Amino acid sequence: MTTTPLRTDGTRFMGDPGESGRFGDFGGRFVPEALVPACLELEAAFRDAWADPAFRSELDDLLHRFGGRPTPITECRRLSAETGLRIFLKREDLAHTGSHKINNVVGQGLLARRMGKTRLIAETGAGQHGVATATAAALFGMECVVYMGEVDTQRQALNVFRMELLGAEVRPVMSGSRTLKDAVNDAMRAWVAEVEDTHYCLGSVMGPHPYPWMVREFQSVIGKEAREQFRGLMDGSDPDLVVACAGGGSNAAGIFAGFADQADSRLIGVEAAGGAAVSNGIPGVLHGMRSALIQDEAGQIQEAESISAGLDYPGIGPEHAYLSSVGRAEYRSATDDEVLDAFQLLARTEGIIPALESAHALAWVVKAAGTEDLPTGSTVLINLSGRGDKDVAQVRDVLRPDA
Amino acid sequence: MSTPGRLESHLRHRRDNGQKLLVPYITGGMDDSWLVTLDALAEAGADAIEVGIPFSDPMIDGAVIQQSSLRALERGTTPESLLGELARHELSVPVVAMTYYNLIFRAGLDRVAGMMAEAGVTGVIIPDLPLEEFEAWETAASGAGLATILLVAPSTPDQRLAAICERSRGFVYAVGRMGVTGEQQELAASAQEVAGRITAVCDTPVCVGIGVSNPAQAVAVCEVADGVIVGSALVRRLLEGAGPEGAADFVGSLRSALDGTN
Repeated sequence: MTTTPLRTDGTRFMGDPGESGRFGDFGGRFVPEALVPACLELEAAFRDAWADPAFRSELDDLLHRFGGRPTPITECRRLSAETGLRIFLKREDLAHTGSHKINNVVGQGLLARRMGKTRLIAETGAGQHGVATATAAALFGMECVVYMGEVDTQRQALNVFRMELLGAEVRPVMSGSRTLKDAVNDAMRAWVAEVEDTHYCLGSVMGPHPYPWMVREFQSVIGKEAREQFRGLMDGSDPDLVVACAGGGSNAAGIFAGFADQADSRLIGVEAAGGAAVSNGIPGVLHGMRSALIQDEAGQIQEAESISAGLDYPGIGPEHAYLSSVGRAEYRSATDDEVLDAFQLLARTEGIIPALESAHALAWVVKAAGTEDLPTGSTVLINLSGRGDKDVAQVRDVLRPDA
Repeated sequence: MSTPGRLESHLRHRRDNGQKLLVPYITGGMDDSWLVTLDALAEAGADAIEVGIPFSDPMIDGAVIQQSSLRALERGTTPESLLGELARHELSVPVVAMTYYNLIFRAGLDRVAGMMAEAGVTGVIIPDLPLEEFEAWETAASGAGLATILLVAPSTPDQRLAAICERSRGFVYAVGRMGVTGEQQELAASAQEVAGRITAVCDTPVCVGIGVSNPAQAVAVCEVADGVIVGSALVRRLLEGAGPEGAADFVGSLRSALDGTN
């Protein structure tokens, strides 16, 4: 087992990637020229806002009064007894709209308003980010269009209706595999034509600079809260492991940000086995970033396969590829079957129905408990990134096909 | 400035002789007769031909080019197979390759540059590789004698525009409208505007692409620009079954309009 080195030279594992937007060999800004000025403008606006105490306090206030922060940490007593671990959950499922996505969209919505933009567009997989963006648009009185793969609009029909209730328009994406990656393509295509009055509210720590960094900063509130809360519960100690699911990787980046440079906890990202970009991917360039991608020998992007629409993405945020390359974070995977088991297990043992995405983190912990990778007695902090209400109908169809 | 390469010399020569430049685009491998189509386009008056190497996720392309890319991929087209076919094919006008950076990055920059040069490609357009990111590729490309054509968009500010023009070789690709590739009823005002901003600061030939769909629009753009790139309007005809003859008819109509002989 590796112990992770804290850096002593003053540099940070999760710091400011600078003008080039590079995390080691990863990141960058690989976008059509038409979008480069918009990315530069966004970076400048974010740097300015992030350094402005008035912006920060308005954001904190909104996250508290509107978003329901801080979210608690819950210790799982029955699940801990069953696995021989001490398991704690950071309860992002209790945030407004039911997942961590609200942290990012309130931040980007405030920023868009500060930049004078009047419209938000977004991509969505499971619908969580689409719902969150529609929510922010309603809050700020902005127009909102969400691009969603046609396959996902069927898997997550209820979320489509939620977005419509919130006043957003959902555009089904018919190109490619009709899932999250294609929704990103179409959102970017739309952004080129509408960039003047429109902010592209990207949902994860991916895409061109400054998105991977900016979204991580907006999500870092999870890690900051969690570190303090955990220390409060456990006499000032840090968890042995911090575990989060990773598709694009925003909830993982958010919780890792509280520990990467401040604690020696092991950081574990759990990918869907059918879309494990860090474990099975190869460095490449897609959606504006250089990162680890699932692709064939010629460089064509392959389709990810996962029961959870939110992890159905053939890449991962560039900072995760970096954290893996330097050994600060480790990446594992969970299969659909393991995830379905974990989904039910948490419901029965703790009275919490997790999102299928979040159930990946749980599935790995249950699977690895008692092995060399996760020794008995370890303290484990899992980021429970979202609640499972949206997945209940889909899981019923799998578990009781005849019902 | 270094001496202009093969592509730029060819285009400059024609432009300086008073000819407007016509660069049709087709997606390589999109049908069985794509190489025949290339010959037909050259015969019909193309000054150079842009050949797309199909990518699974063409971010700056609209529905028509997406569809042709998908067809090419379904036919088993790979960068290697496509460049191999081009290498075995003698063409009377220069070929410019267009592709997305991942295909180049995956195979290796020097390797792709070498394969392209061997295939007779003279210039390369990589729409998702902007100025800040293109250094490594530029080194590989110029080492293999390839011109890298950079894009300028209506949103590009003046200072940046000048920096891009200075680094672009072969020609400067002026993006005619803020949007993805696709046919438009009306020519966007931005098409002439962006071409004018470029010709004001550099002598490299300037061709406008994205949103130039018919002979009248081509003529209007060329009041300011040195030439036009026409993609979706041509590829749509091929997808609809026009074949090499139909493609040549369309490009011939663009040629006559630009020459003022129709």
